[in-house]
Amino acid sequence: MAGAGRPDPDLPEADAAPTLSVRGLSTEFRAGGRVRRVVDDVSFDVKRREILAFVGESGSGKSVTFLSVLRLIADPPGRIVDGSVLFDGEDLMTLDPKGARMRSIRGGGIGFVFQEPMTSLNPVLTIGRQIMESLRLHLDMGRREARARAAGLLSAVGIGDAERRLGAYPHEFSGGMRQRIMIAIAVACSPRLIIADEPTTALDVTTQAQILELLAGTVRDLGASLVLITHNLGIVARYADRINVMYAGRIVESGATDDVFADPRHPYTRALLDCVPRLGETRKLAPIAGQPPDAGTAFAHCPFLPRCARALPVCRTAPPPRLADVAPNHSAACHAAELPE
Amino acid sequence: MSQPKLQVEGLSVRFPVRSGPFQRRVGEVRAVENVSLEIASGGVFGIVGESGSGKTTLGRAVLGLVDTHAGRISFEGRPLVGPGRARRTADHRRMSLVFQDPFGSLNPRMTARQLIAEPARIAGTVRTRAEARDLVAAKLDLVGLRADMADRHPHEFSGGQRQRIGIARALAGAADFIVLDEPVSALDVSIQAQIVNLLSDLQQTLGLTFLFIAHDIAVVCQFAERIAVMYLGHVVELTDRRRLVENPLHPYTQSLLSAVPIPDPVRERARQLALVKGDIAASSADLSGCVFHPRCPLANERCRVEKPALMDTSDNRAVACHAVEEGRVEMPARESV
Amino acid sequence: MDEATTGSRDTAFTPSYLRTAAGILRQRPDIAIGVLVIAVMVVLALFADLIAPYDPNRTSLLDSLMPMSAEHWLGTDSLGRDVLSRLIHGTRVSLQVGVFAVFSAAAVGTFLGLLAGYFRGIPDMIIMRLMDALISVPPIILAIALAAVLGGGVDNVVIALAVALLPTYARVMRSLVLVIRELDYVVSARVAGAGPLRIMIQHIAPNCLPSLVVLMTLNMGHAILAEASLSFLGIGITPPQAAWGAMVSDGYRYMLQDPSLSLIPGVCVIVAVLAFNLAGDGLRDLLDPRLKGQL
Repeated sequence: MAGAGRPDPDLPEADAAPTLSVRGLSTEFRAGGRVRRVVDDVSFDVKRREILAFVGESGSGKSVTFLSVLRLIADPPGRIVDGSVLFDGEDLMTLDPKGARMRSIRGGGIGFVFQEPMTSLNPVLTIGRQIMESLRLHLDMGRREARARAAGLLSAVGIGDAERRLGAYPHEFSGGMRQRIMIAIAVACSPRLIIADEPTTALDVTTQAQILELLAGTVRDLGASLVLITHNLGIVARYADRINVMYAGRIVESGATDDVFADPRHPYTRALLDCVPRLGETRKLAPIAGQPPDAGTAFAHCPFLPRCARALPVCRTAPPPRLADVAPNHSAACHAAELPE
Repeated sequence: MSQPKLQVEGLSVRFPVRSGPFQRRVGEVRAVENVSLEIASGGVFGIVGESGSGKTTLGRAVLGLVDTHAGRISFEGRPLVGPGRARRTADHRRMSLVFQDPFGSLNPRMTARQLIAEPARIAGTVRTRAEARDLVAAKLDLVGLRADMADRHPHEFSGGQRQRIGIARALAGAADFIVLDEPVSALDVSIQAQIVNLLSDLQQTLGLTFLFIAHDIAVVCQFAERIAVMYLGHVVELTDRRRLVENPLHPYTQSLLSAVPIPDPVRERARQLALVKGDIAASSADLSGCVFHPRCPLANERCRVEKPALMDTSDNRAVACHAVEEGRVEMPARESV
Repeated sequence: MDEATTGSRDTAFTPSYLRTAAGILRQRPDIAIGVLVIAVMVVLALFADLIAPYDPNRTSLLDSLMPMSAEHWLGTDSLGRDVLSRLIHGTRVSLQVGVFAVFSAAAVGTFLGLLAGYFRGIPDMIIMRLMDALISVPPIILAIALAAVLGGGVDNVVIALAVALLPTYARVMRSLVLVIRELDYVVSARVAGAGPLRIMIQHIAPNCLPSLVVLMTLNMGHAILAEASLSFLGIGITPPQAAWGAMVSDGYRYMLQDPSLSLIPGVCVIVAVLAFNLAGDGLRDLLDPRLKGQL
């Protein structure tokens, strides 16, 4: 069962145009008279049928990046100041965030699963209503058809006695089951892209594993792409094809999971891999000194400099490094990364 | 064999479930059922479990914070009394607690100084302001914080720093037995490693005994030498960390280990996963037989009616499972993890 | 342990309350207005003798029922007393009663709520049933009954109102205590060996303070309105003492000739209540979202 969701390399999709293409995305927040750039010049592609992981700690900007993609940033206090987001060829930044087209993409073309199953589901509506709402809104289905499809979706995500459970309310389900319902809603309209932001952090370990298997399997069956936002490197190792590591609002390393884990080129990635406990190993952890910067802190030089064990003299004077290739399909934003080891 | 620091025998904790306008007792939650274990002095004992496992309640019971239904708790051979007594005994003062939530575990209106000095003031080991100042400075240094931060309030610190204050506070009194209830779960990954290392260093230099409770089995295995796996209030497996990871016997332990992804794509691809089905039951009160049987792939008729006892196996471990006893459990391959 | 050297701040509260207070007033004009009016009232009450142009009790039948003029900005009442001066002195009575009644109610109610919430069981039951009994009587009726029993006078009005208001404090504090006592930092204090007294004083009470302050501010409006109602009914104030409610009642007879005699003090009551409501609501809004942090 390991490896569910890795694309079949024989499929021609690998070379097709990416499902999502983000260039130069920057988002700022205004608070207490100060402006904080929480996402700074972020560019990446989500290829067809791939599982792309975004890894980062608090303040890294990984969640805000995708809230920006979905145009869910409240303005004020937030504002997307720059960038283009091409989804199947259409630039979402040119759309009215509250308009009909953006709303039809959200939930229709792009599905999302958030962390808190408690608050993402409306407690006063039955889950059947919530699933059907999505179906009828985006696919213009009639009630009977929507109901049948909703029951089918619930079964597909592993909730037994689906027809009857359509009339149940969110509080009647456990956390794991609510997350399954969230997945059902997310995939209801066969989206081409699913964004899952820490979908299992609030769940027990065994439930976590079930939900991730379900999510990866569903995405593969749909032929869709999945963006998995997480801080858990284990989940990344198990499911993701490619990984983007974010720090201080920027992407600092990007590449295939195998490549990045085997040969991390950014000191943060390397340090992160060294400080995570691994089952079966009892070597002492090598923590990273200091703490992650608050979201939106401005940096004149490399943001990781205060915590970096490999800082070079150039790092203290040059502006923050940009993402550059260090190997085929593997890039890192580090002055030292380009040098040979 | 020296005296264990802490001994728990047949401990059960039950919470009544009340409903209706008169708050009548309609049922009960069996948070901890018949748990027995021994914690050696100067070591780290880990308890791993998911929600509903009873691990947190067990920690609170050991500290004398909750009423127990049955069983005994002894500290260095002396029995500990429960919360019924208004005054906590000297033995209680030898125990302290580090919490999970670095935000909620510190009174927002007190300064770090006041928070760290409080246990000592209560115990009477510190009487004057000068003594308090010295104590606070010493403890802050111990946990890696600067002395000039003593007069700040909790909200002025980061999560990791707050946790350090919590640890300093736990060490401020006479405590040499610390219960750590998910001490790093709420922290960023890079900070978790700092705190785990700090705890490890403190434990060794000060000769403390730790009871480390967590749901993250990787962290527990990193830190604790002897580990108990709990499920729905019962201890299902009890062994040292090496055997637990390399050769888990109980089906629940096997599925728990399978469920934990390892940050190594090569190893992940090679793993055989044994994921469990279904969800954790809300309460074990209605279950007969083994509490794990509804989700266990090896459950047979005996499992449904007869509760397995925690029995010692040949290699210094204890498992509560009929399938293991009957030899039905396949030993997982060496690289099951 | 390099984390020690950075010491960065987290979200939640910003450090200087003064700096943020100015910012708040700029952002929320409703709070600013409330605070301003309250400030004016306080000044008037404190310095009534200096500010009022005339002695509020000086009668002059010759000058009775005069309209607004340069000498008497708001005219005079049926006994020739300067309305403006009476209004200003009335502010003093309203605020006095309001402040004392609310503070007394808060003190006693909070104490009872603390006991009930912390100890639970029998003390809780006794206290709460007592509070239920008090709440079941409408406040004004209760105040009238108490005033009738205790006799007239401002002091007895204060006592009556305090008794009428205190169940609210007891209930609110009890609910708060029930929540706070389960929080980690209280458990932490218990583990450290703190006794009930230390826990209540050091840990629980200070963290109830914000809610308590909000409640008291909002209650002030109620108290002022209650006082005005009572003095309208002739209870509490011994004439010729100036009080807004009494002024409304006095001017009632002359509604056709000079409605301002009743209307103006009535408006004052409205303004005062509104000011406290605005300030109290604003205070509540401020305390909530800031606790949740930003971003």
